[in-house]
This record gives sequence, C-alpha cells and structure tokens, in this order.
Amino acid sequence: MVKVNGELVEEAGKSVAAYLAEAGYDSRAVAVEYNEVILPKADYEKTILVDEDVVEIVCFMGGGR
Amino acid sequence: MKEQQEDVLELGGHTFHSRFILGSGKYSLALIEAAVRDAGAEIVTCAVRRANTKEHENILDYIPKGVTLLPNTSGARTADEAVRIAHLARELGCGDFVKIEIMRDTKYLLPDNEATIRATETLAKEGFVVLPYMYPDLNVARDLVNAGAAAVMPLAAPIGSNKGLVTKEFIQILIDEIDAPIIVDAGIGSPAQACEAMQMGAAAIMANTALATAGDLPLMASAFKDAIAAGRKAYRAGLGRVLTRGAAASDPLTGFLRD
Amino acid sequence: MEKENHFFIDSDKLSAKALEKKHRLENDPSCRKDPMEYFPDMEQIKSDVRERVMAAMHAYEPEQYTAIDVRRALDHERVTIEDFQALLSPAAKPFLEEMAERAQRETSRHFGNTVYLFTPLYIANYCENYCVYCGFNCYNDIQRLQLSHDEIAHEMKVIADSGMEEILILTGENKVKSSVEYIGDACKLAHQYFKNVGLEVYPMNVADYKYLHDCGADYVTVFQETYDLKKYETLHLLGHKRVWPYRFEAQERALMGGMRGVGFSALLGLSDFRRDALATALHVYYLQRKYPQAEFSLSCPRLRPIINNEKINPLDVGEHELCQILCAYRLFLPYVGITVSSRESATFRNGIAKICATKISAGVSTGIGDHEEKYTGKHEEKTGDEQFEICDTRSIRSMYGDMEGEGLQPVLNDYLYV
Repeated sequence: MVKVNGELVEEAGKSVAAYLAEAGYDSRAVAVEYNEVILPKADYEKTILVDEDVVEIVCFMGGGR
Repeated sequence: MKEQQEDVLELGGHTFHSRFILGSGKYSLALIEAAVRDAGAEIVTCAVRRANTKEHENILDYIPKGVTLLPNTSGARTADEAVRIAHLARELGCGDFVKIEIMRDTKYLLPDNEATIRATETLAKEGFVVLPYMYPDLNVARDLVNAGAAAVMPLAAPIGSNKGLVTKEFIQILIDEIDAPIIVDAGIGSPAQACEAMQMGAAAIMANTALATAGDLPLMASAFKDAIAAGRKAYRAGLGRVLTRGAAASDPLTGFLRD
Repeated sequence: MEKENHFFIDSDKLSAKALEKKHRLENDPSCRKDPMEYFPDMEQIKSDVRERVMAAMHAYEPEQYTAIDVRRALDHERVTIEDFQALLSPAAKPFLEEMAERAQRETSRHFGNTVYLFTPLYIANYCENYCVYCGFNCYNDIQRLQLSHDEIAHEMKVIADSGMEEILILTGENKVKSSVEYIGDACKLAHQYFKNVGLEVYPMNVADYKYLHDCGADYVTVFQETYDLKKYETLHLLGHKRVWPYRFEAQERALMGGMRGVGFSALLGLSDFRRDALATALHVYYLQRKYPQAEFSLSCPRLRPIINNEKINPLDVGEHELCQILCAYRLFLPYVGITVSSRESATFRNGIAKICATKISAGVSTGIGDHEEKYTGKHEEKTGDEQFEICDTRSIRSMYGDMEGEGLQPVLNDYLYV
C-alpha cells in the first residue's frame, strides 16, 4: 500500500507519472513530495511506487488573510 | 529642492508600482481576475494545499500575466514545516517569493515570531525572497532583517478581524527603526484603515478578508487601491501640523544666550 | 570677527631641523600623508556607516531651507532627517525659543529633570599628533607629564573624596607613551574608586577596546573634530590622528569590543558647523540603528584658546548657534545624552541644562596631576600643562548646589557595570 495525500491506495508498481495521469491530476500544476523529498518533474517517469511509500501531491489554491 | 524619484516598492531586487498585496482566499476563483484588475495588484498571495483530483480548476489560470505570486506557508506550525511548504511552493514553479506564516495556535492564528526568524534565516540563505508575517516586536523585526527578510509584515489586528490598526504604535516604531519595507498585514478592515497605515509610512498593505466579506468584491478592491495610493501620497507629501502643543513657558528659555 | 583662526605658533625651543619639518608640514600639502590611508597597525572593519553619513553631509545645503521648512519640522511629531536639516539651517534662527521649548519637553520626557555630573581626569599629555588647534600638539612648548600608577590613584582618591562617582579618563594621543596596558591599569584603578569609567583616548582596535572593557571601562568617547575631510587634512598634519576614517570608525570598534556606550562630537569652529553638526548626529543615528543595544551621547565643544595661542576662538559659532545645534540634536535624537563641557560659561551651562543638556562636568582641570591643588589648595610640585582653557571652573559642590537651584536633580550615577 502507498500513502497518497494521507490515504492508502493500491498503486505499488506504477510510476509516479502513470499514477498522476490515471488519478486525474494535472502534472503541470502540481508538485510531488516523495518520502519527504521533493521529486523533480523529470523524475516522475522513472520513479516507481513501492509499498509504504508516502506521497504528497500539492498545488496552489486561493489563500491569504 | 529634492529630485522627484519614481516611487516604487522594492522587494528582493524586484520592483513594483502597486503597494496593494491582494489575498486570494475566501472567495471564488471566478472573482480573482476582476479583483486583481480592480485592485491594480501586482502581487497576489496564495496557499499551498494537497491537490484534489476532482477539481480541475487551477488558480494560476485566473491570475493575470505579469502578476507575482506570493505563496504563503499557512498551515505550518513549526519552522521546519514552513521551510517544507516553501520548498513545495518553489517546485510549483512560480518564482522565489515566499510569505512565512507560522501559527501554533488555531484560535487566534497569531504568528510564532521565534520560529519565523528561524525559517526566514533558512529560506533567505537558499535564495528565497522572504516576507515574514509577524507580531510587531522591534527586536524580532531586527532579527528578521538580519536573517535576510526582504520586508517585514506586522499584523495590524488579529487575522480576519477587520479591526484596523490595533497595533498602530508598534507598527510606527517598526516603520521608524527598520531599514526594510514594512508591509501591514492582517486585520485591515476598510480602505480608511489602509490609508492611515500608508500615511504612517507603511510600504504596502496586504488585505484579503476585508475584500472577501464585502458586498461587491471588485468595487471594494478598487476602493482599497485608491485609499492605499492616497495614503502613500500623503506620506510622501509630509503631513501638516498637528496641534498638540503644551503651554508656552512664561519666561523665555533662551534668555541667557549672549552672542 | 576674523574669518579664520591663525593656528601656527613656533616655539623657540625647537631645533632648526624640527622647525623646518614643521613649516614644511604646514605649507606643503604634498609632504603630508594621505589621510585616507590606514597605518599598518590599524584594524579595518566593514561598515557602510561612513558612506551614508558622508553622502548626507555632502548633499546638505543649509542655505536652501526656508521658514516654511522649519515650521513643518516643528509641527511634526517625529523629526525626520530632512526636518533636522531644516532645524540646523540659518532659517531656524527666529524659531530658537520654540525649538528650546520643544527640546525641553523631549528632554524631560526621556530624562526627567535629572542632570548627570562627572569629572574628567587627564593622566598624560604626551602626544604624537600635530593638530594645529590643540594645546597638547607635539610641537607646542608645554610642560609634559605622565602620571604613575600611584599618582593616578592619588588623583582618583582626591576626586572620589569630593563625592564624584563617574570619571572620564583622558590622555594625549601617544600609543607608545600611554600604552593600552597603561590605560588599562588606570581603568582598573578607576573601577575601584568610581561606579562608571569612561575613556577619551586615542582610537584603537577592537581587541584593545575589549581589553579595556575587561579592565572596567564602559564608555568610549572620540571626537571626530571635523567631518570635512579636506579641512581635517589641513588641521591634523602628523601622527595617527591624521588617518580620518580610522577615527570615524572608532565608536563602532568600541561597540564591537563590548563597550556599553559611545560618545561623539565635532569641534565646532573648525569647519562649517552646520554640516559638521549634521554629520555628527547622523553618525549616531546610523550606528544606533546598527547597534540598538548601545548608549549614545553627543558633545558640542567649541574652539578655545590654548597655551601659547590665546587668539583661538570658535569664529561664527556663537552661543545662539550652539543652542540651536543642541536643540536640533535633542529634537532629532531625543534619547541621546548631551554633554556640555567646561569650555562654556556657568551661565550658558545653567541655561542649557534646563533645555537639553543631560550631563555636565564639574571640578574640571585639563592639566595633569593638579586636582589636589585645585580642590584643596595644597600645592603640587609636578604638574603638566593644560589642553585648553576652561571657562566654567565650578567645583562639584558648587555645581551640585547650582543645579539644584535651577530646579534640576543632580545625579552622580544611574548605572551598574556588568
């Protein structure tokens, strides 16, 4: 199981790029933190998800005070 | 007597003509474009959040070209978390600006000054243009500038309170003593309050809730724009006399002078 | 009034060779050292304060200000640099009484009705510099003396017995004759007799200031004399003092060495006093922003006659001008101490203490080893000549009484060495 944005998903074995595409993320608009390290966009294809990985996918949203 | 130089705001080597930093929270993306346009804003803040697969709207599509995005670290409770969020924001590819917000308290959302100094030091060393949100304390402001902050952003009143310049005296001290722009952030609830802060010598105003809670958001954005510009002009013009004189001495104080 | 002072005095005791060198220094600028060039033993620190002060001074045109500018400055709650420049300008002269009223309010807001008393103690008058206006200058024919350890202790005891709790130790500027260790010994002694020990000696390096702080000194005063480099070069012809930037950075080095406070001044009458006053205050202003923990004070000496040259005078800096400068200082820098020396008359010092001065000296001698004679009338055999003529000769006791009579509260100490 892989933890993506706090939820456990059965996605081990896929590349990050494949996961993003299948799950419906716009890979140009997000940043990915892979096991607490920022994953450069160039590495999305070659990084393969394995069990117990922790992935955070973030984007900008409205914010201010 | 003095040359009239172009009045610009400089932050980390970047130059801005607008002194209104607009927040993009608490209202629909559809309104952002009009708000930015009518505010004349050149800097818009945004937050970094977990992406959602169901929503395909991207805030960047609503922000006009040429506007600088200022990601904040809201949600950070420690210096390390703020640094982590700043790194993610930079990876999102909109430049090196970051507004540090660190709150250990969810009730009042008051900034943790000490953690903010530490995060500022780390991020400034990494080349970020760091704009720290802080509680107006002179010693902390000095530490922030020494740590590399490009400006200091003291709060005027609790976030979202629209109460205006509750910390006025302390913000004035920062304006007088700190060799960096002082950007008043949080609590500014009306154009009149924004104008007053600018008259005091604030370099810029950051506002969000006051607009988000207005009846007509773009119209209020425009009102803030005018008020901030007016306050700036008044500051540059030099305010006139305030009659707060004490009584005059009965005997002249300088009567003893000889030559 | 003459437009320039005539400083050059030849002593008949100088050898033909010495006289020839003296005349060459006086008349041929090309034989004088570059005043911007540090000696090898002088530490150079990184600081932008000098640049900022000098840029402001060079841009200042006092004649361009009008009564409208002065009015605006007086109407402001906080006096800006621009306002301060207006207050120093000739246009402010008709506003002097109003400036004094406001200065008095600022002073009482920050200092109450207190006035601090202190006394200077000259322990040596040997000097390697040729500063043409100074009685200690190396070509002036005066009685030279350096007090020994025991003699310093004796003088300090005489002064301490008079009730004084703060002392300012002075020497002529001669690093060989009055070494850092010699000054350090004097500080250690002073630390036993007094609660607050200040220094007014030659500028030194950070490590020296650190050492002297460890010996008990906590306050360093260095007068820049004039911030006008071109003029400075024609007045300080020989010696370490000729190096103008090293002197400028002395206070910053003292703070880096751990001193609690630093004092500043131009010697009014040497050059354009308005520009010098501006530079002095900005020197404080910018250092205060850099070292906000430090204490700062300003002095305001005017030129005085010296032994062998009775004619030296402060030219266009009259009492009204001096009062204007001091009021402007107070309005621009409400928190700084202002010291008024015994060069000024008792009447002036009484008056100015009610407006803006916070510190005045009493029981003063600028000579060497003559306190017992001055304080008790007992003749001392061996004394050294004075740096300049003082004007206000009041003893500590009479000064204390006079200040009380003026409605002020004399304070001998408010301070703890840590």
